[in-house]
Amino acid sequence: MKLLAQQNINLKVKVNIWDIIAFLLVIGIITAFAWGSKQMTVHYTPGQEVELSLNPLNLPMYALRSVLRMGAALIFSLIFTFTYATLAAKNKRAEAIMIPVLDVLQSVPILGFLSITVTGFIALFPGRLLGVEAASIFAIFTSQAWNMAFSFYQSLRIVPKELEEASVLFGLSPWQRFWRLEAPFATPNLIWNTMMSVSGGWFFVVASEAITVGKTSVTLPGIGSYVAQAIEQKNLHAIGWALLTMLVVILIYDQILFRPLVAWAEKFKFEMTESQDTPKSWVLLVFKRTALFQIITAFFYKTWSKVIDAFPKFSKPSKSLKPEKAVNNIIRTVIYYLFLFAAILAVLYLIPHFILKGVEHEEIIKVFFLGLLTLLRVIILLLLACIIWVPIGVMIGLHPKWSTKIQPLAQFLAAFPANLLFPIAVFFMVRYRLSPEIWTAPLMILGTQWYILFNVIAGAAAIPTDMREAAESFGLNGWKLWQRLLLPAIFPALLTGIITASGGTWNASIVAEVVSWGSVKLSATGLGSYIARWSEKGDYPHIILGIVVMSIYVVFINRFFWRKLYTICQTKFRLD
Amino acid sequence: MENKNSAKILLQLSNIKKTYKKSEEDEHLVLDGVNLTISEGEIVALLGRSGSGKSTLLRIISGLAKQTSGEAIYCDEPVNGPVNGIAMVFQTFALFPWLTVLENVELGLEAKKVPEDERRRRALAAIDLIGLDGFESAYPKELSGGMRQRVGFARALVVEPTLLLMDEAFSALDVLTAETLRTDLIDLWQEKRIPTKGILLVSHNIEEAVLLADRITILGSNPGKIIAEMSISLPQPRDREAAAFRQIVDEVYAIMTKRPRGTKMEAVPLSYRLPYAHVTQLAGLLEALEAEPYSGKADLPELADQMGFGVDQLFPLLEALDILGFTYTEKGDAELTAAGKEFVNSDILKRKIIFADHLKKHVSLADHIKRVLDERPGNKAKEDRFLTELEDYFSEEEAEKVLQVAIEWGRYAELFAYDESAGILSLENPESVENDE
Repeated sequence: MKLLAQQNINLKVKVNIWDIIAFLLVIGIITAFAWGSKQMTVHYTPGQEVELSLNPLNLPMYALRSVLRMGAALIFSLIFTFTYATLAAKNKRAEAIMIPVLDVLQSVPILGFLSITVTGFIALFPGRLLGVEAASIFAIFTSQAWNMAFSFYQSLRIVPKELEEASVLFGLSPWQRFWRLEAPFATPNLIWNTMMSVSGGWFFVVASEAITVGKTSVTLPGIGSYVAQAIEQKNLHAIGWALLTMLVVILIYDQILFRPLVAWAEKFKFEMTESQDTPKSWVLLVFKRTALFQIITAFFYKTWSKVIDAFPKFSKPSKSLKPEKAVNNIIRTVIYYLFLFAAILAVLYLIPHFILKGVEHEEIIKVFFLGLLTLLRVIILLLLACIIWVPIGVMIGLHPKWSTKIQPLAQFLAAFPANLLFPIAVFFMVRYRLSPEIWTAPLMILGTQWYILFNVIAGAAAIPTDMREAAESFGLNGWKLWQRLLLPAIFPALLTGIITASGGTWNASIVAEVVSWGSVKLSATGLGSYIARWSEKGDYPHIILGIVVMSIYVVFINRFFWRKLYTICQTKFRLD
Repeated sequence: MENKNSAKILLQLSNIKKTYKKSEEDEHLVLDGVNLTISEGEIVALLGRSGSGKSTLLRIISGLAKQTSGEAIYCDEPVNGPVNGIAMVFQTFALFPWLTVLENVELGLEAKKVPEDERRRRALAAIDLIGLDGFESAYPKELSGGMRQRVGFARALVVEPTLLLMDEAFSALDVLTAETLRTDLIDLWQEKRIPTKGILLVSHNIEEAVLLADRITILGSNPGKIIAEMSISLPQPRDREAAAFRQIVDEVYAIMTKRPRGTKMEAVPLSYRLPYAHVTQLAGLLEALEAEPYSGKADLPELADQMGFGVDQLFPLLEALDILGFTYTEKGDAELTAAGKEFVNSDILKRKIIFADHLKKHVSLADHIKRVLDERPGNKAKEDRFLTELEDYFSEEEAEKVLQVAIEWGRYAELFAYDESAGILSLENPESVENDE
């Protein structure tokens, strides 16, 4: 089902020791980073403050800067994907820890440690804007890389055995095999996940361009900072212009990049029958029919083939069957585990030490309680979103004509950074004196609800006509029809949508629970606002505490609720 | 026919043994002491039921897998990885869907660093030879199964292999397509238009083996070892209807259905690998046996032919019926027993009772499950419990398969019920479980 957002849900439900180790390692790395940043205590050199003008004529330029940031992050994400995922797929010992680490990283609230990384990167490039740029790019990177690496790793794991055997038999070297077999095989999934990640990334582009950490206030020229400035100056017109610009940017991205790439990736699908309903793109079609384009692609293909074949170092004859020397193996294993053990000990020492230095014991309990409040919001919001979008999605999905039109629209909406809309909501909240405790909540799900919608559409569209006709012929209708056919049939797709939305909603809570309009600041009680508040003050122990608690919530809910549900529905509600 | 003694030996396997390690002390024997020789100018067929390790043997020969002990010698060199001169045609074609026909065929040459011009020339020649003209720029998706396997052949032949391995190369094709492709291949071989000096084909199709091979080697199951070898000296092209041909086919059937010593087993033990057979198919086969033209006794080649079954489909069914005491198969004939006749002539409910009766009596595993459930308070047990027991005898995967068969038969017989998503076996009737569908 090509329409699902997150196709790489790890089905292992049992929590093993590696998960715990991974969790500790990830938190440890973040803490170490925070600790390092604190030591550096760099103040951003004043005078470097970037002048932002709210003149709409500057917007295209700002948009371009934002897009470039996104592009840079994407390149890093791809490099990370190819190295990390490949290593994890090829090396059993590395895999045992690398995959749980990736899994935890997916659950860590990215926006939470933005403030930590900013200081670190500024210290790396003192006195230059590059450090801030790097921090922003890093934030976008963290929103994309894990998901992409996961997808690539999972594709590598399911490369058909006969193809693997054929390429070994025909003498392809591991390097050739990677580019001729493994990478192409993983392409459709990777492209789909990349494009989804980019869609989600716009949110972080916007959020990472204007950051305040303690005494450091950082602004990068871009759409996000433009909006931040507009909020400060209470300029609704400027916000309108920014929205329009973003709309155009995403429209261009959608038409020029997303759709052509997804359509092109069809070629790499490992299926032996041509599917009826393949993604289409007018851009790709135009290109394919242009002679010049054909010449260019042929040229690239040739050069690329030469590059692949021209690595003599890697082109050793394929793996010999002789087993690894046992002694070497034992030594390596011992060193590996010693290293891991030391790392865990360090983490176990570092985290409590670091957090407790700046935080009272009672605070920890309080933070868990705040997490509970945010959890409550997330659950209610997801339920509401389901109540609204499931009937609508099913209606659309059952009509092929509508679904082909509305599906791209839902995907488009998912790409639109919801945080650009926050100021408008806040404007009304201020004007009508609405309680932020309740009314900031919808902002959290504003951007992620679309995942539920387009997954439900995809699920409903995939219900076999036979089943619908059978149900009809038995006279099944109304609630019975939903109970017996529609809900069970869309359940796996719906669940995928909810899981994706749930992750995004937690993340969004950090920017949605505290919103402002001019000098008015509205804040809801919750873990998100807790992290946001301490981020602004630049108090690392509190930030780390907040991140740790939120990660614990997300990881536990994922493990013990979503995945269990997913496993059950995989065995029970599969339509094949 | 060439004189065998003077022909050069291409491949020699001596005393090949292969075990899969489950844990340190627990090993599963797949191949046991296999000896096989392939000489120049020979087509050798390797026949065996599923689970006889014939695919494993093929992978050892091609260097994709390593034997646990014993030696594989190809052209005087031990096989220690993929060898130049050996190519394989796969059951599932193993084509790269993102490469065109031409690019797929060129793949093996590319890896060998053949210069581009020569590569193109040789690939086109191979495509020409195998009858794929005009499809050079097509993607595998656009081709029919038969055309795809032609690409598979072209890709293997273009590297000019001395020994060609075929892993059930025709079994994924429909009957007509497979026949055409076989004929084309044998023509190329007879007319020496391909440089290949020897062919080893793995198959579960007896007629196919008799049609193509100069020599047939039959592998027995559990563990795989050679139980018979026979030469076929019929001239090519061979006629399926000829009496001599039919006789050889009968002989092979007889060998493959020969009962192991001491078969007067009342019940098969837990360690018995239950054949993968569905109840509806079993009933169908019994009905066919009872009806005209067999009236209770059938010649297997004829039966297989009439039902359009390959050996891999027919043998598990017959094995299951034999175990349950509904048929008696020997020397290439299957005969309905009295119980079998009674089963066929009963209505659905009576059939279930007969089946349950025989299942308890002849299949220890089913009886065992029933007893355990009887003894348990609440009459429930997790399937894992039985899996662990079975894993004493089988690999994890096989244990699951065996249990699955026992569960299916037991459910049909209404000996016990099974909740798949929970993995729980019980005596409860499904009707009493609310909302469970």
